[in-house]
Amino acid sequence: MGTNLTIGKAINAGLRASMEHDPKVLVMGEDVGKLGGVFRVTDGLYKDFGADRVIDTPLAESGIVGTAIGMAMRGYRPVVEIQFDGFFFPAANQTFTQLAKMRRRSAGKLSMPIVMRIPYGGGIGAVEHHSESPEAYFTHTAGLRVVTVANPEDAYWMIQQAIRSDDPVIFLEPKRRYYEKAEVDTAAPIEEATPMGAARVARHGTDATLLAYGPMVKTALQAAEADTDHSIEVVDLRSLSPVDYPTIVESVKRTGRLVIAHEAPLSGGPGGEIAARVTEECFYHLESPVIRVAAFDTPYPQSRLEEHYLPDLDRVLDGVDRAFAY
Amino acid sequence: MSDTTAHEEPELIQLLTPEGELTGHPDYPLDISAEEIRALYRDLVLVRRVDSEAVSLQRQGELGLWASLLGQEAAQIGSGRALGERDMAFPSYREHGVAWCRGIAPKELLGMFRGVTNGGWDPHEHGFHLYTIVIGSQALHATGYAMGVQRDGAVGEDGTAVISYFGDGATSQGDTNEAFNFASVNNAPVVFFCQNNQWAISESTERQSRVPIYKRAAGFGFPGVRVDGNDVLACLAVTRAALNNAREGNGPTLVEAFTYRMGAHTTNDDPSRYRASAELDEWKAKDPILRVRRYLENNGLADDAFFASVDTEAEAIGEQVRTECRALPDPEPLDIFHEVYAEPNVQIDRQRSEFAEYLASFEGVGAEGGR
Repeated sequence: MGTNLTIGKAINAGLRASMEHDPKVLVMGEDVGKLGGVFRVTDGLYKDFGADRVIDTPLAESGIVGTAIGMAMRGYRPVVEIQFDGFFFPAANQTFTQLAKMRRRSAGKLSMPIVMRIPYGGGIGAVEHHSESPEAYFTHTAGLRVVTVANPEDAYWMIQQAIRSDDPVIFLEPKRRYYEKAEVDTAAPIEEATPMGAARVARHGTDATLLAYGPMVKTALQAAEADTDHSIEVVDLRSLSPVDYPTIVESVKRTGRLVIAHEAPLSGGPGGEIAARVTEECFYHLESPVIRVAAFDTPYPQSRLEEHYLPDLDRVLDGVDRAFAY
Repeated sequence: MSDTTAHEEPELIQLLTPEGELTGHPDYPLDISAEEIRALYRDLVLVRRVDSEAVSLQRQGELGLWASLLGQEAAQIGSGRALGERDMAFPSYREHGVAWCRGIAPKELLGMFRGVTNGGWDPHEHGFHLYTIVIGSQALHATGYAMGVQRDGAVGEDGTAVISYFGDGATSQGDTNEAFNFASVNNAPVVFFCQNNQWAISESTERQSRVPIYKRAAGFGFPGVRVDGNDVLACLAVTRAALNNAREGNGPTLVEAFTYRMGAHTTNDDPSRYRASAELDEWKAKDPILRVRRYLENNGLADDAFFASVDTEAEAIGEQVRTECRALPDPEPLDIFHEVYAEPNVQIDRQRSEFAEYLASFEGVGAEGGR
């Protein structure tokens, strides 16, 4: 039993369920009201919950995050939408110096149950600042939780888990996958959903572990299917901070190889940190070095080049081949 | 909350009525010949044609996106033609009319929206900075540039003035407000030209400002003026006065061009979801091109042959834009690594050579690499 939902619609349904569950949950951002957001993720919420709970904000990201902090202090649970990844940066000060550090600064007296939803990643043929993968800035900032989704099931449950979390959660939405569809059992109890912090084995295999998150999970699964010479296990990371190392380490100890794929640039990207940690914990099990397949250390290019910039099926398979070359 | 200011009817500087009557304005005398007005008419018609062609090209899949200037031609041509050769403009991403005035070929703009470049023209050559997507950022750049102009002593009649374009939505951003303050305390030679087109995607100006936008300038300590943004002569006169004022060392001005975005925010947007069509009809009656045509016709300053020649030229430009757009070459994959740093960079060099090797590995396997 289930409802056929796209990732975008699943987040919408999860937002709705959260707003029905807790009157303190608010949605705020640019165009989230009458328009329902530029990706329509908040569609219908303004009509059903009104302008007090679905707030069309002035066009100011620092203002959005800064006022959400104040509302959280007043007992609300704001879910803010940053319209595109590249528009986050004006809100960097409020996020990094205030939101992330409030609990520690107040010796635990203040909670910041704020979710920052950000459509991220490339592949939609957009102009500048609409295709970036800024996750490393967030994972490098202590005090933030960072999660991302790769399918409608996770989209539906993880947005609700994020909203219920008393920590600030950066909720990254893979915009080029918004229209991916699957059945979701929306009637199941939330307690039965996989915890937001857990990684998930998306495909079982024995020869190598392919680790991906967000928009790259689909590509990783396709690569695993395409490689008929090897049995590839695919792990969907789901939580970028904290990282669920036990799941990854268990997989790598079985397979002996790890390939990490992400859209974020290579250097300083999440893959480097995971590679270092896995090398420490799985050193005697590794048959090859940990291989990273990532975007280049360049600004996101003009859209006509993005298919070369983003790791695609061939680049991921090339990474897998490199792992087996040892 | 008392809110008297928002309900006062602000003065709108207008020189040419929607009916095409040239009323002039005592504070903004404009000495302009019939020939110059005909030239403005031509500009208005041609940029509208370039714009409508770009919308069509997006519909045909030739452009990834387009941000139409429909309805804002007078604000852009009026202010753009007020700029002197030494002046410097900092646009947002909808200033195709200003780009036109600064000699940026339409294909340069199309290249960006097609995704073959992220800009690419030389800002210094044209006195026109690159389009800036993240709202309001360029207001600070304009102010800093103007502070540089001050330090160069480029003041007086032959001096340089700077203009920053942005929309009503951008007035909510910290950067824009910080720019107002930096410009004010430094008395910088910058004009803030806000095209209030009434809508920041789905949010009306009421969601951005409780007071008329031009009135904000007073709080920062410099003059603000609201001009009829659909009146090309008023936009020209008011911007010219503000630029001259800046050039002569009298500091910034905020010009609020009161206009209307007659199209969608971009080709991805559907305004019927959030605004009434009656509003569009109301603004169509104030069309920026129609009133200039009426003025020229009513006063016998242009004949049918003139209007026909402009229309012919517009068609030719439409054709040219279409052809040039389709002919824009896709960049080579290794272009990704160009112009990232001024100096050689070992990290980039390594990735470039690895990627070149990777691409070469597909040679002979077929263009799609066996996918």
